[in-house]
Amino acid sequence: MALSRRTLLGLAAGVPASAALAACGSSGPGKGGDGAATYWHLSGQPQEGVRTGAVERFNEANPNGQIEVTTFENDAYKTKIKTAIGAGKAPTIIWGWGGGTLRTHVEADQVDDLTPWFDENPDIKNRLFPSSFGAATVNGRIYAMPFESVEPVVLFYNKRVFDDVGVEPPQSWDDIMSLVPKFKAEGIAPFSLGGQSRWTNMMWLEFLFDRIGGPEVFQAVFDGEKGAWSHPAAIEALTKVQDLVKAGGFIKGFSSITADSNADQALLYTDKAAMMLQGSWSYGIQQSEGGDFVSGGGLGFMNFPPVEGGKGDPGNSVGNPAQYLSISSKASAKQKKIAKDFFATGVLTDDEVKEWIDTGAVPIRKGSEKLLAESESSEFLEFVYGIASNAKTFGQSWDQALSPTAAETLLDNIAKLFQLSISPRQFTDNLNKVIGK
Amino acid sequence: MSALTGSTGREGRRSILPWLAVPALLFFVGFALVPLVGVFALSFTTWDGIGTIHPSGLTSWRAVLTNPGLPHALWVTFLVMAVSWAVQTPASILLGTFLAGRQRYRAVLSLIYFVPLLLSSAAIAVAYRALLDPNFGLGAGLGFEWLSKDWLGRPWLAFGVVVFVVSWQFVPFHSLIYQGGVQQIPQSLYEAAQLDGAGQIRQFFSITLPQLKYTIITSSTLMVIGSLTFFDLIFVLTEGGPGDATRVLALDMYKRGFQAELMGPASAIAVILVLMGLAIALLLRRLGGRDAGESQLEGA
Repeated sequence: MALSRRTLLGLAAGVPASAALAACGSSGPGKGGDGAATYWHLSGQPQEGVRTGAVERFNEANPNGQIEVTTFENDAYKTKIKTAIGAGKAPTIIWGWGGGTLRTHVEADQVDDLTPWFDENPDIKNRLFPSSFGAATVNGRIYAMPFESVEPVVLFYNKRVFDDVGVEPPQSWDDIMSLVPKFKAEGIAPFSLGGQSRWTNMMWLEFLFDRIGGPEVFQAVFDGEKGAWSHPAAIEALTKVQDLVKAGGFIKGFSSITADSNADQALLYTDKAAMMLQGSWSYGIQQSEGGDFVSGGGLGFMNFPPVEGGKGDPGNSVGNPAQYLSISSKASAKQKKIAKDFFATGVLTDDEVKEWIDTGAVPIRKGSEKLLAESESSEFLEFVYGIASNAKTFGQSWDQALSPTAAETLLDNIAKLFQLSISPRQFTDNLNKVIGK
Repeated sequence: MSALTGSTGREGRRSILPWLAVPALLFFVGFALVPLVGVFALSFTTWDGIGTIHPSGLTSWRAVLTNPGLPHALWVTFLVMAVSWAVQTPASILLGTFLAGRQRYRAVLSLIYFVPLLLSSAAIAVAYRALLDPNFGLGAGLGFEWLSKDWLGRPWLAFGVVVFVVSWQFVPFHSLIYQGGVQQIPQSLYEAAQLDGAGQIRQFFSITLPQLKYTIITSSTLMVIGSLTFFDLIFVLTEGGPGDATRVLALDMYKRGFQAELMGPASAIAVILVLMGLAIALLLRRLGGRDAGESQLEGA
């Protein structure tokens, strides 16, 4: 499902999927009486605990400005929030993913412009990763407060398999292509891929576009420039992906493997595949489901390597820069004030930052290096922190950056591209048609 | 006098009878007609599901009718309909005839055959997806190379899997209809045939099959109309993929409406689906003659 990565986002890093699903549930909609602010967010541990913990602390400190929380299971939330916003019955505080969905809300005048508030409170803005604001910004105005954690896409690899075959992790695209036959000769798939989920394939294109042409290539698409998909770097990236498919770079049957069952990740820790491009949330999943794979030092991780002759900065990253909170424009003045107080004093507090780190996530607040270093998973968390804080450009996942209309066409065509049923040229033609829609 | 009271009683009942239909009628209007009109109206607008609804004339219809996705979705829908009918009908007739016989353990068998129908489509799809997984599924687990194929990743294989799973789920239901149909056939026909020296196979083709004519029409109508609304199973099993190989019309409608936020075009597809359903139902009724409706009541 296209929904699936968001499901994954909702899933615990560090908690088996089944446990997280079992914990999913939704209470009834909040009453929102007495001028209290209402706040809807996702259920599923351990994130739900961190979120509600932050609200409880805030409510305790502010007896006159209470927040009422209602939680929803991931997919139910998406339907519910859309219906509620459409009917003008949105909660005061809207939890979201930023990007294209936020843009729809902005264009329907459903969420408040937070730019003046951020201007008045520069210290709140300055303590967050600057890269997290891109997906909160529509037409130069900020409509959401970034919070929670950063989730870059990472190239994971299986150190055991690399040792067995006697090769080194790839330092360039050519390395990747030359590793393919070496692993295949040993009966190991070079790359695991949950291709039925489609957004998994998309991560490959996100990196290749960036490494070959730089962030401007997708930015032009995002800005709705006519014919932006036909950039030569785009064609080169699409061709490179098909070359990798043709070379047998991906595991047999990848287009029937789904990522929401974590089957792609299982292929990595069961030594059936050597490498995998996945979001940083995969670390916790492999830690909890992969036996001693992570604790025994089997899991390696690195940023996507550069492509020879490419223009993009190899330090750039893609993925989810943060999660986002918006304020409903239909809320009362009192409710809006409570929400802003919460943004200022209740979000990403010291306690909350520590809790996020305990769940294996890197919170988007600057200066948490010391806490990260103390964590059990410090090596990985510091790696993620390094990527997120050093990336010149942190691209938001395309399907979330684009409008739902364009994203659906994109995902469809990506699936066909990976099946080799359309050429790079047909891909760009099909997508140029939905630019700016 | 007594005749008079009798007639007033009957008249009284007659005048109450139409009123008894009012609740059902209200439900029908509220939950079938109003949404239908709403969808029809929505198909002449553009709406992303959140913002304001803009009347846009024929834009959505033009978008749907000129989109190459529509003929493809229609073709896939038709193929699923035709192939799953061709698979299910013979299987259900044979199974139904067998279950209508007097073998031992027949009741136990019919109970077992009926189980797939009791499972939810989503559960069936999740189970099959796990079983067919090329790396962790049944084939890999048992070490059968021929079974560990890229079942849901190749267009035609995925289509075959969809038809198979659909048939697996619905054959029990149609067997039940045929079982009832066969049990309605007068025993005297078979006795007469036996006297004439007809064997089992001859009896099946000369008596059972012709006598089942109306049952076949009933069951086919249900299959064909039902296949127009296949959604949950395909959604969970393949999500219309790989690419758009199994994207039937109902799935196309959902994807456009709720994933791509194009409510106008999605409504247009919904209208097309309603019209197709009506047309096919009428066609099948024609084929079955006027009394097909009555046989449906007896057969089921």
